[in-house]
Amino acid sequence: MVKGTSFTNLRDAGDPVEQAAFYYREGADELVFLDIGATPEARNTMVNVVEKVARQVFVPLCVGGGLRTIDDMRRMLQAGADKVSINTAAVQNPGLLREGAAIFGRQCMVLAVDARRSDNENAAGWEVCTHGGRKPTGINVLKWIEEAVGLGAGEILLTSWDADGHRAGYDNELNRAVSELVAVPVIASGGAGTLEHLYQALAFGRADAVLAASIFHYREYSIRQTKEYLAAKGIPVRLQ
Amino acid sequence: MKKDTKKIAVIDYGAGNIGSVVNALVKLGYQPTVTDSVSVILKSDAVFLPGVGAGRDTMQSLQASGMTAAVLKLVELRRPLFAICVGMQVLLSSTEEDGEHRCLGIIPGKVRRLPQGLKVPHMGWNQVRQVVSHPVFNSIPDNTDFYFVHSYYAHPADSSAVAAVTEYGIEFCSMLIKDNLFATQFHPEKSGEPGLTMYSNFLKHALS
Repeated sequence: MVKGTSFTNLRDAGDPVEQAAFYYREGADELVFLDIGATPEARNTMVNVVEKVARQVFVPLCVGGGLRTIDDMRRMLQAGADKVSINTAAVQNPGLLREGAAIFGRQCMVLAVDARRSDNENAAGWEVCTHGGRKPTGINVLKWIEEAVGLGAGEILLTSWDADGHRAGYDNELNRAVSELVAVPVIASGGAGTLEHLYQALAFGRADAVLAASIFHYREYSIRQTKEYLAAKGIPVRLQ
Repeated sequence: MKKDTKKIAVIDYGAGNIGSVVNALVKLGYQPTVTDSVSVILKSDAVFLPGVGAGRDTMQSLQASGMTAAVLKLVELRRPLFAICVGMQVLLSSTEEDGEHRCLGIIPGKVRRLPQGLKVPHMGWNQVRQVVSHPVFNSIPDNTDFYFVHSYYAHPADSSAVAAVTEYGIEFCSMLIKDNLFATQFHPEKSGEPGLTMYSNFLKHALS
């Protein structure tokens, strides 16, 4: 059963508060703020944004991309985020997942994974990349995700680095391998160019949710139109 | 009736999604007080008991902060009370989370783990089927989706207080209503407009 579809990534949005309110009114099920920047200034800015967004958006908010410590996470959660997503920091210090899950609950802990297809011996299949996808680690994606879920990751935000930006569809082999591996929700990200792509990630990639940025950002499709399309294809979605 | 003349308290016991609940109430035009003072809580016209996390920890926090007695008193006084998520679970007799632990015993029954085989926590939107007719559901169509995040669910000993049910592997009680006590397993404050409508309905009902 698929319930809940994450539709929004405010990666390149103009005014994030305005964008968030717009997507909320349109019927987004969840909002994800990514790539907020790793500098203290960027994080402070983001805390303000999250506080403002939380006052007018009443669906779950996830914030990530630059969070390094338990304290960084706590600030975002106190500002109004429901979940925090960590990537590079978790690879460098997997104990952060266990600690975060113990303090905030595993439902708060989203592990973001940038996966790249690889022939690397240790990382056969897909390799974990960190630092915004720039740095291959030699770590096998499936092994890492299994370990991370064991430590406390409550959800996986899975981005295909090969598919991202190409608008030619998600890497559904990757989505399926991860969805069948772990018993926590998997959000597929990277590669959406059409509504059919979203459907494929849910139906064939077995993802629990799909994240799409540019097809909404450039107003090619509305969220309502997307949900109606998915509903017509037999995917359970929230229509209100 | 002016919204600002009524006292609304959100119980702060060192846990839970207090900010989200407050934001929702402010959006609806109310001015809630976040408090851990028993006397303030007992003087309020309507009270919210938020909750996120583990049932056992929540019970411990409630006890440590002296809120157990406050909640029991509110129920005894039939004061309007809205409990959310783990706030709902602690109303039952006991929870099997991390062993067997006693809870408030306001609603006879147990808190059980969701069955194996589905992804747990149950996290996301799911349909809420109304099994009673109540003003709290005004303008909320039957089977509207609400947002859930939980691994355990309330299993009341009898169905007299069950107001709504949801299916996730099994059919479980997703909302309880008993006199002026309202409790949801889902998070209305994260459920978009229908969630805000439910809080608004509750407060209109409670403060009328």
